[in-house]
Amino acid sequence: MKFRSQSPLLTCVTVALAVALCAAPAQAHLNSTGMGPIYDGLLHFLMSPEDLVPALALALLAGLRGADYGRRAAFTLPATWLAGSLFGLTAAATAESAVLSSLWFLLLGVLVIADAKLSLSAMTALAALLGFVHGYLNGTGMGQSRFAVVAVLGLTSGVFVLIVLAAALVAQLRAHWARIAVRVAGSWIAASGLLMLGWSFRGS
Amino acid sequence: MTNSKPEAQNRKQAQTSNDPILQTCFTKPVLSFGHSNLFRVSTFGFWILVCYILFAPASAFAHIQNGAAAGFLTGFVHPISGLDHVLAMVAVGLWGAQLGAPAIWVLPVAFPLVMAMGGMLGLIGVPVPGIEYGIAASAILLGAAVLFEVGASLVVTALLVGIFAIFHGHAHGTELPPGQNALLYSMGFVIATGCLHALGIGIGAVHRWTWGQKLLRAAGAVVAVGGVFFMWKALA
Repeated sequence: MKFRSQSPLLTCVTVALAVALCAAPAQAHLNSTGMGPIYDGLLHFLMSPEDLVPALALALLAGLRGADYGRRAAFTLPATWLAGSLFGLTAAATAESAVLSSLWFLLLGVLVIADAKLSLSAMTALAALLGFVHGYLNGTGMGQSRFAVVAVLGLTSGVFVLIVLAAALVAQLRAHWARIAVRVAGSWIAASGLLMLGWSFRGS
Repeated sequence: MTNSKPEAQNRKQAQTSNDPILQTCFTKPVLSFGHSNLFRVSTFGFWILVCYILFAPASAFAHIQNGAAAGFLTGFVHPISGLDHVLAMVAVGLWGAQLGAPAIWVLPVAFPLVMAMGGMLGLIGVPVPGIEYGIAASAILLGAAVLFEVGASLVVTALLVGIFAIFHGHAHGTELPPGQNALLYSMGFVIATGCLHALGIGIGAVHRWTWGQKLLRAAGAVVAVGGVFFMWKALA
């Protein structure tokens, strides 16, 4: 019964730390988890900030706009990501993504900063475009893997989980400072994109 | 464990409210699948995910992007290890806290963006003269602004902070060690800078008390003196 009186935050932190400390050494690219292609794809997404951060930024944007936007993005982004990945698997060559990823960082970050009042259809189009482009880029990188299609399913699952959790968390925020904090996170994303764009031009 | 009473109050309040977001969130489930409501577990799940992402890369050693974790850590540590940058960033937060809303959040939003523009200028080879003087001047002027509780308009404040941000971005944002991930370095650098602003804002929370106002002004004096020291070093 004592457990019940603990604060939810303390419970969250304890469980999160336990999960984090128990994490096995992760060899994040495909074929390296030893747990099968589903997990390979999932970890590929979680360990690729150029994919993870734009998806997170879209989740923040959708969450700021409310529950309807969150629901729409939660299903549009993974669906188009899956379609793009499957399309990318058929590509002959790996596509270059650094500049494109930077532009997504910049665009989505600025939209989050501005708390842009997009229409639901505009948000859907944005999610579809992001999902298809990044899915395609992922797909081209997995083309040589034997279990690439299964890995793509794992990756798409990761996209779905991230956007559902993040959008739902932001959508329920009521405090003014909390919504401001989300917009500050948007400025960090946009700033990272700007710097990355500079690195791309410089050819790091 | 149950919190049905506050929830019922929220629901009732939402139904009578004109706020569409409130109505949406409390009158129908946000993400319902059968009888479960993901909204209720989202906070818990989200923080687990965040902590996992933060901790797990430390044990990751075979991703295709070599030096990823090191890139983030290098970027994160870089602004914290330079006292000139630390003083100016904390001073931005202190000044924002003194000025109150909307400056308290406009400055931390504007600074990273303009700083990144400065970094980009450096990366594409556009020279910015007198960077060291600019950084030292930023500590002096921001410290003085906190010391004297200067109450400028939002535009003037943002412009001043933005100009200084270009110097800081140009000087620090481009120092990527070879072999490390540029994106993660950039993210670490930006996040650490944001954390320094947050530290300043957190310290600035004492502004509500009389003794806190005096403390903040003293902190401003310390920042300004630090800036004078760095200016002296730059001139020497």
